[in-house]
Amino acid sequence: MSASAVFSAAALSRHFIFSPTSAPHLTTEQAARQSAKILAQVGAIPRLSPVVAASRLEVRPTPEMVSSGIPQLDALSGGLARGCLTEICGTASSGRTSVLLMALAGATQRGEVCALVDASDGFDPASAAAAGMEMSRLLWVRCGEKFPLRQTASAAITSRGKNGNGQQAAGARVFAEEGFSGKSQATGNGFGFGRWESQLGQMLKVADLLLQSHGFGMIALDLGDVPVQSARRIPLASWFRFRRAIEHTPTVLLVVEQQPIAGSCSSVLLKVSAVGSQTSGKRLRHGELPHTQLLDQLEVTAELLRSRLERKLERKPARSTASFQSRAAWAG
Amino acid sequence: MFACIFIPDFCVQAILRLEPGLRTRAVAVLSGRAPLEKVMGVNERARQAGVEVGTTKVQLEAWEDLVLRARSELQEASAHAALLDCALLFSPEVEDGSPGTVLLDLAGLESLLGPLAKIAGDLGQRVSRMGLEGNVAVAKNPDAALLGARGFRGVTVIPEGGEAERLGDLRVEVLLESFSPDAERGARWMETFDRWGIHKLRELAALPEVPVSERLGQEGIRLQKLARGASLRKLRGWEPRLIFAESVELEDPIVLLEPLAFLLNRMLELVCARLRERALAVQELRLNLELAGTRSKDCASVARVPRMFARSLRLPTPMLDTKVFLKLLQLDLQAHPPGAPIVKIHLSAEPARPRAWQSGLFQPVFPEAEKLELTLARIAGIVGEDRVGSAELLDTHREGAFTMRHFAPAETAPQKSKARQSAKQKKREIMREKDNVLPNGGWSGEMVEEDGQESGASEKMSAVMGLRLFRPALAANVTLREGKPVRLRCFLREDIAGEIVWVAGPWRSAGDWSEQDGWSREEWDIAVPCESGLALYRLVQDKLNGKWFVEGMYD
Repeated sequence: MSASAVFSAAALSRHFIFSPTSAPHLTTEQAARQSAKILAQVGAIPRLSPVVAASRLEVRPTPEMVSSGIPQLDALSGGLARGCLTEICGTASSGRTSVLLMALAGATQRGEVCALVDASDGFDPASAAAAGMEMSRLLWVRCGEKFPLRQTASAAITSRGKNGNGQQAAGARVFAEEGFSGKSQATGNGFGFGRWESQLGQMLKVADLLLQSHGFGMIALDLGDVPVQSARRIPLASWFRFRRAIEHTPTVLLVVEQQPIAGSCSSVLLKVSAVGSQTSGKRLRHGELPHTQLLDQLEVTAELLRSRLERKLERKPARSTASFQSRAAWAG
Repeated sequence: MFACIFIPDFCVQAILRLEPGLRTRAVAVLSGRAPLEKVMGVNERARQAGVEVGTTKVQLEAWEDLVLRARSELQEASAHAALLDCALLFSPEVEDGSPGTVLLDLAGLESLLGPLAKIAGDLGQRVSRMGLEGNVAVAKNPDAALLGARGFRGVTVIPEGGEAERLGDLRVEVLLESFSPDAERGARWMETFDRWGIHKLRELAALPEVPVSERLGQEGIRLQKLARGASLRKLRGWEPRLIFAESVELEDPIVLLEPLAFLLNRMLELVCARLRERALAVQELRLNLELAGTRSKDCASVARVPRMFARSLRLPTPMLDTKVFLKLLQLDLQAHPPGAPIVKIHLSAEPARPRAWQSGLFQPVFPEAEKLELTLARIAGIVGEDRVGSAELLDTHREGAFTMRHFAPAETAPQKSKARQSAKQKKREIMREKDNVLPNGGWSGEMVEEDGQESGASEKMSAVMGLRLFRPALAANVTLREGKPVRLRCFLREDIAGEIVWVAGPWRSAGDWSEQDGWSREEWDIAVPCESGLALYRLVQDKLNGKWFVEGMYD
């Protein structure tokens, strides 16, 4: 076992006095001089010289914010942060898709190229067009159960029969590469969410590729229809990897889900919930069956659950909710 | 002044160009029908080993380390085209000679490219960079340059007026091989010269003209002029055709992708090098593979019918990156395997002017075209080719009709605001509202202040309600009361079930009634209680078969 010098970086700026017991023949002045000399030598070692004292660590710069497309949300959270992961969670019919569409529409209107990784293949292009999205600037990746039988470089050119077993094997390989559920594959029982496992495996792989390719203004991962139990199986390491990949890039990484899953990797966590629906100017109440009325709008409340963008905001702000309406496309 | 590029043993060199690993070995190229193949050309190592042109294949069994290859006219054509491209880099006046021979006019190039010796040296280097080992000669007239290139190895510059002296050292065979109209007449002349005791061009040039004319006629006078280096003619102009293609005929069929990738890499490098020399890029890559034949079923004979397998890669922007092309081809072949062993490869590129674009300092970020193509190809390998791209709505009343297009975003400036002032005003209002929300002012963030950047989104004061589709639509069991749905149960999703507390509809639509895939449906917007309150769904009844489906969820 080799011994190595371990010392505090902060101590470099202070005088370090050796104990007189270790060198009884030296006076205090001599010891101080000698220790200063040793510290100077240590500081000259290239491997150790760039160590910065903890007290002098640079403050992380405030990220550039862009509009989410909904002014009320911008007022609440300051918009969407570039180079950060933003989570938007909510249950069914809570308005999270509206937030996603508006954010993507705003980004494409700014001239940015965006990508939507759709884990459940539920994206509706007509709704997106109604939200003002420029479809030519949106890369839509539809994860699904059907994907081609992948062959390695050494695989034979001669086509093989694509039977069910072959496809399962390919799916297992893709999934295993993610380290997502090796145990379940091995046991063969799975988690009872076989469909979602393969789709989430695809989503993670695609997200990795998109984040590595750079140049996207916004990358959105839509996990809105993925059951919470399946979504939580995504290893935290994947979210850490995503966060590291977009750091210092102008990309906004947006994740839409039912419940928070990225943990501390997300910089902003927003929860949306529908307060009520409005039909032809009247609020929709339970027990009423007003057949002649149209669904006009959805009243949505957004709550800022967490924000790590600035030190001040690590605490929940006093007023952390905002309300907005999402109108139906036919409501004008 | 004129220059000539001559590639000795051209049939061998054309093969070595695509298989550079064979350069260190003795190689012989065979031609003719089996089993009567004869050696057509050999490289220097094989010549040193004693292999001669005309040796039969049976005789070649004496050489153990000798590599045998069948002659490939396709590879010779590709190599010759590359040679012409190389000559065009130096001069616009080029003559297309016999295979492996190119002549070019150097008049006026000295002021541009330097002295003749430098031009000849550069030509030689360029040819060797193409994977060919050739001779280059520069002389006052094209025929002298041709003789010099065929007779002397390496780079030769024959000074003006010194042609007769310099060419005089060459043997008469070089002259007859270069200029005799046919082999038979050449052999007859050779016999005559042998009988006269003439072996070198110097001796032929020194003969008196009148006796030569009396004995050999005007052809003899022409040969004598050529031997003196005194013939005068102009180059026969050649119009270049912009075809960038490489072909390989394989000795043994390829079965695996890995060896195919090695060959494709080499071919791509050659094609891209030619394009680069012309300052062009690739717009489309076409790969044609000839597959090993299959026995024809309809005829009793065992004749094998070759099958063609073609793939085409259309690039959104012109590119010139060999690695990207190779990866794209690999990914494409992985997704679409040929299905049979490959015996012939033909790769061609459609040229286009390279992309000239400089992004503005304040332009939004944009993915690199090459990287984006690779990313798209990799994603297509994961999710499927038809499941990645940009959606385009179709001009039809059919619900949810769209088509997937290849994703190729145009790099343009962002949309300018129609009412920039009003947008700014709104932005100020938003900022003011934000200040009101948080009086301490610390939670502000940095909003982008570029003109027009935020306008598109800020103009919309409310969001648009989105619809999440279920693909395919979820089959449902619906209970009706007075013609209206009051209860719902979804077969595949247990959470979509229960009493319908609100319903709006129906909205009837139908279309394509004259087509086979006509449709007719009734749409209902419904609200069903769920854990978090109400969930809004779109319920659809297919009027053609009466079945109910939950098409999507309003969110």
